[in-house]
Amino acid sequence: MSAGAPTDTQGTTGNGANAADPVFLAQREFHAFEAGGETFLYLVPSAAVFYLDEPSVAVLQALDTGAASEDDLVTALAPRFGEPAVRRSLAELVRVQAIGLTTAPKQTFPRVLPQADFPLTTMVLNVTNKCNLACTYCYEYGEDKIVDTTCDPAPNYMSEETARKSVDFMFEQSGDLPVAHLTFFGGETLLNFKVLEKTVAYARERAVELGKDVDFSLTTNGTLLRDKVIDWLAENRIGVTVSIDGPKELQDKFRVFKNGMGSYDYALPKIKRLLERHRTRPIGARVTLTRQTLDVPRIFHHLRDEVGFWEVGFAPVTTADGRGYAIQDAGFDRMLGQFEELAQEFLEFAVDDRHHGFSNVKDTIEEIHKGVSKAFPCGAGLGLMGVATDGDVALCHRFAGSDDHSIGSVHTGLDRKRQFEFLGHHHVANKTDCSTCWARPLCAGGCYHEAHVRYGDTGVANLHYCDWIRSWTNTCLEVYGEIAVKNPGYLEQFES
Amino acid sequence: MDHLKAINQKARRIQEHVGAPNGGSAAVAGGPPEPSAAPVDPGDLDVVGLESRDGPNIPLGCSLVFAPGWEVDSTGGTAGLCQPVERDLFDCHLACFWPAHVPDQLNHAPDWTGKCAAAQKDWRKIDLIFP
Repeated sequence: MSAGAPTDTQGTTGNGANAADPVFLAQREFHAFEAGGETFLYLVPSAAVFYLDEPSVAVLQALDTGAASEDDLVTALAPRFGEPAVRRSLAELVRVQAIGLTTAPKQTFPRVLPQADFPLTTMVLNVTNKCNLACTYCYEYGEDKIVDTTCDPAPNYMSEETARKSVDFMFEQSGDLPVAHLTFFGGETLLNFKVLEKTVAYARERAVELGKDVDFSLTTNGTLLRDKVIDWLAENRIGVTVSIDGPKELQDKFRVFKNGMGSYDYALPKIKRLLERHRTRPIGARVTLTRQTLDVPRIFHHLRDEVGFWEVGFAPVTTADGRGYAIQDAGFDRMLGQFEELAQEFLEFAVDDRHHGFSNVKDTIEEIHKGVSKAFPCGAGLGLMGVATDGDVALCHRFAGSDDHSIGSVHTGLDRKRQFEFLGHHHVANKTDCSTCWARPLCAGGCYHEAHVRYGDTGVANLHYCDWIRSWTNTCLEVYGEIAVKNPGYLEQFES
Repeated sequence: MDHLKAINQKARRIQEHVGAPNGGSAAVAGGPPEPSAAPVDPGDLDVVGLESRDGPNIPLGCSLVFAPGWEVDSTGGTAGLCQPVERDLFDCHLACFWPAHVPDQLNHAPDWTGKCAAAQKDWRKIDLIFP
């Protein structure tokens, strides 16, 4: 069975067709995969996952080499499975659109934009663009920064007033949603702790007035976690993600103070204290992978088993091509092998109903279970927005402060026209590179910021990691399929 | 469904949609529901709204989308391009997947082609029809 090669189902044209001609059937778009000794189909673009029995597998295999008439298929397969089973299987595969008539018009997927008042679920406040570290790969300060924070007139710290306005903006834009999510980001978030405290209190107050719920989270490098701060985080049930790259020699390669001193020894005791005292929310680590620090299993086990994080997520560094720390092709292969190793471990844990903590695989199988089929790679500019220190609203926190990517301001409101121009331009239907890829329901072209840094255009698909995404998605599908066979109850946590 | 089993939430929704008696639609399932063990009927696999369901496959409408077939043929070449409609009106209208637009001959203009025995020769005798 071919792995998702798109089948041209464009029908014959002209006057030659005759109603008495045999009906020819061909594969449509899907990705077949095996897991737990069974065969599954991932249908594109519906993102449905079906288990296939033997006759269905045989039908699809028979169509691997090209279209065939229904009668030929039945003749070939009836001796093995009996005619009724083959015909039924054919009918079912047609109904889920795994196969189709060669004369059927090619499927087209219109560019449907979300409704104009699409509610905001998450607001990310860049409470400061200052940082006490000077990580050399940082997209905010490093070689690939898109906002010149030195010469920019925007304040270094968000004022209390702008933060309050942002909270009002968030509730206003959240429509009928019962919960709003407020995330604090930086810079180093805790450098503006005063405003954090006041903003959380104000948001709670407003939430009560509006009869809504509000949920908080923040990202920090861990160096400023004083006891007072930790207690405040715990009391307010604030979700915390710590940016950390692993054991000392890996962390200290790039995550350094401005004098070049590594931050591991300084941050670790504080992080341990956080993990000890803050028990109201699970705490995660977020690792940036570079060419020099590519050791995923070691980093994972250090952070989960030795430090004590509940979850660890990894992302390759965002960088223009050719930087010294950029992961190159061979590095992507190595990273994939390491991810696969951890994914196998995750699978063993999941089969035993145990928590593992490799968030990359968990997040993906949740999306697979829900059957997510994305028109946009992420919620940026749609359900998620970032606010710069001066109150400018950006697509997401990564673009906060960039005039080119602003879609309004918390002071003057959302620029709907600009927002929808952006969405119209960035719909996956516009990315012709993605139109033949079976992984597009999950990837949809990848991160806008990554594309902007790499190609100078947010609307371009991130072609440098296509192979990686397909391989990784396949691995996650295999993990998903095997869990579905061996411990389907595990997947109930993703039901909603 | 007996041969496919829905595993994720999206597959379950598709199954509910195409599996429910008379609940399917061309938009999701590619045809009406419940062909059961019967052979695949070509009529079940095509766009329902443009077809009569009994007898031969006679298209009853037209589409605004531009038809291929005038630039390239089914093989991607130019040897078998569509004929001008007056040379082969009835085939364009009856058997081509891309139906020629013709008047409503069931109700409004039943004798529209009454004087036209062979379209290639007599197409000028086809009546003009006004709504």
